[in-house]
Amino acid sequence: MAVAQERAAGPAALQRRGRFRPGDAILYVVTCAAALTGVVLLALITREVLTDAWPAMQKFGLGFLTTQAWGDKHNTLFGAKSFIFGTIVTSFGALLIATPLSLAIALFLTELAPRWLKSVVAPLIDLLAAIPSVVLGLWGILVLGPFIVNTMGPALHGTLGFLPIFSTKPSVGSNMFAAILILTIMMVPIISSICRELFVGVPSELKDGALALGATRWEVVRGVVFPYARAGIAAAMILGLGRAVGEAIAVTQVIGNNVAIHWSLFEPGDTLASRIASQFQGAATALQIASLVYLAVILLVFSLIANLAAQLIVRRVAGRHQIR
Amino acid sequence: MSTNIPTADLFRSEHMRRRTIVNKIVEGAASVAALLAVAVLVIVVASVVSRGWGAINVDFFTKTQTLYSGFGPRPASGIGNAIVGTLIIIGIALLMALPVGILTAIYLNELAPRKLASVLTLAFDVLNGIPAIVLGIFVFVFVVVGHGQAAWKASFALAILMVPLIARSTQEVLALVPISMREASLALGAAKWRTTLSVVLPQAVGGIVTGATLATARAAGETAPLLFTSALYSADTMSYDPRQPLPSIPMFIFTSAEQADPYLHQQAWGAAAVLVGIILIASLIARWFADRSVRRLKGEK
Repeated sequence: MAVAQERAAGPAALQRRGRFRPGDAILYVVTCAAALTGVVLLALITREVLTDAWPAMQKFGLGFLTTQAWGDKHNTLFGAKSFIFGTIVTSFGALLIATPLSLAIALFLTELAPRWLKSVVAPLIDLLAAIPSVVLGLWGILVLGPFIVNTMGPALHGTLGFLPIFSTKPSVGSNMFAAILILTIMMVPIISSICRELFVGVPSELKDGALALGATRWEVVRGVVFPYARAGIAAAMILGLGRAVGEAIAVTQVIGNNVAIHWSLFEPGDTLASRIASQFQGAATALQIASLVYLAVILLVFSLIANLAAQLIVRRVAGRHQIR
Repeated sequence: MSTNIPTADLFRSEHMRRRTIVNKIVEGAASVAALLAVAVLVIVVASVVSRGWGAINVDFFTKTQTLYSGFGPRPASGIGNAIVGTLIIIGIALLMALPVGILTAIYLNELAPRKLASVLTLAFDVLNGIPAIVLGIFVFVFVVVGHGQAAWKASFALAILMVPLIARSTQEVLALVPISMREASLALGAAKWRTTLSVVLPQAVGGIVTGATLATARAAGETAPLLFTSALYSADTMSYDPRQPLPSIPMFIFTSAEQADPYLHQQAWGAAAVLVGIILIASLIARWFADRSVRRLKGEK
């Protein structure tokens, strides 16, 4: 009985009693110090970023969030309103496209595809996540941009031009629509791979039960798989959203870096992360640097909350699987 | 144990025919979605390879970037110094991240009380989710402001992003090492540290290699942490000093793409092809090692 308990407790519970061994103490201290780096870095990052953003926080306060400006003629006025707008529009736009796509891909891979096809397609979609953002951005500027200006933009404006989001024709390839598409490409592998794991984890008794009652495959998915994986899907969406909100490089390459709020997606805009990236050559004054770091503070706060929420959901879901 | 028992509205649709049609439509849509994702990958890789191919030759790997005035024949140029810079930056980042990642995995899997382990893992998972640009800004305000940029500072930023990846994949393999091996070693009189370092850890080499390779692949393509820490571009000399900013492949692509010069565009595509090639090969190696070590450890059970 005692042996069984020790086994369940894992390697950490294996202890030799008896004389003190300095080697054990050293190993414990050294590895423990390494394991604390995660917490220490989180604290250090928060502290450093807050300290350096302080001048701007003091000067602008929360009004920073509702001011639309990036440097006036004296280079003394900064605000994040248009960047927050751009971040929300592009990330949620991408989430709106990526979620159904990812769910469909995960369903295809877990429920429909024969084994050989699955073993080909699944690694390919994972490879999509390995393509560096700077390469996607390059593709975005030189291939996707012209395609939007010449083909996709006019077509969407022509057919759906009555919608405010397509109300103007794209004049340059750099616009929020291009950013949404690039972010979608980045999100799909993240969301679909998490969903795949979730769907595999749905107990087959439940699915078999529904099938035995005469449900079609789609009815099984809608009635059993989706409800069972609901919390996990939400976590996957949050993680995907976090990725999109924090993506700086690819977005700054395709979005046009414009301090403006337009409802039409075919107009250039900017996001928080993208604004930081685009300023790497020219943060002239101390106030401008502090404002830049203030943007990073907003991103940091958002990513801390989003990731904490997503991870806690993931843990709860994983715990439930273990109990079963 | 589950609290929400799924309820299926199995009899909502009146006609079997309609239900079958809806089912077929959904199945078709799911297949199309998977096809679309693969098509996007193929299109992106194909455009990188087809446009980059023309730029790739021996000079491209050995020569440095050249400053071109716009008159006369263009001197042969390449991204040799950017490749060297990337290798140095990634190498230093690995040196920083590898020990921390491995030791962390040992602590979390072998030594830590379970509650503490789960809190520390959570911290790494959250750290992993912090945007790369924020890490760049952190290193910028922490060690760059007032001191200047340097390649090792970029390595520092990249190392922060590598540690969770290495720790995670090492830990996954450590967890597969059979507990009977530890028991056997302890029963033979070996101390815990001896057991951990010379019995358990060697079994996890596959996981460490996987983690290191994945982390390298991820860090090699990151541009955001370099922007404020080692943002050297259009450098025309070869340099190896990590105390100075060094050029890198991602920075080269990032800055060349913004220029109006078609020649630089072609060079950027060439650099992108090299980068994607390195990353895809690294990912394949990582996958192979992961499969192998997991299979071996599971087979031993």
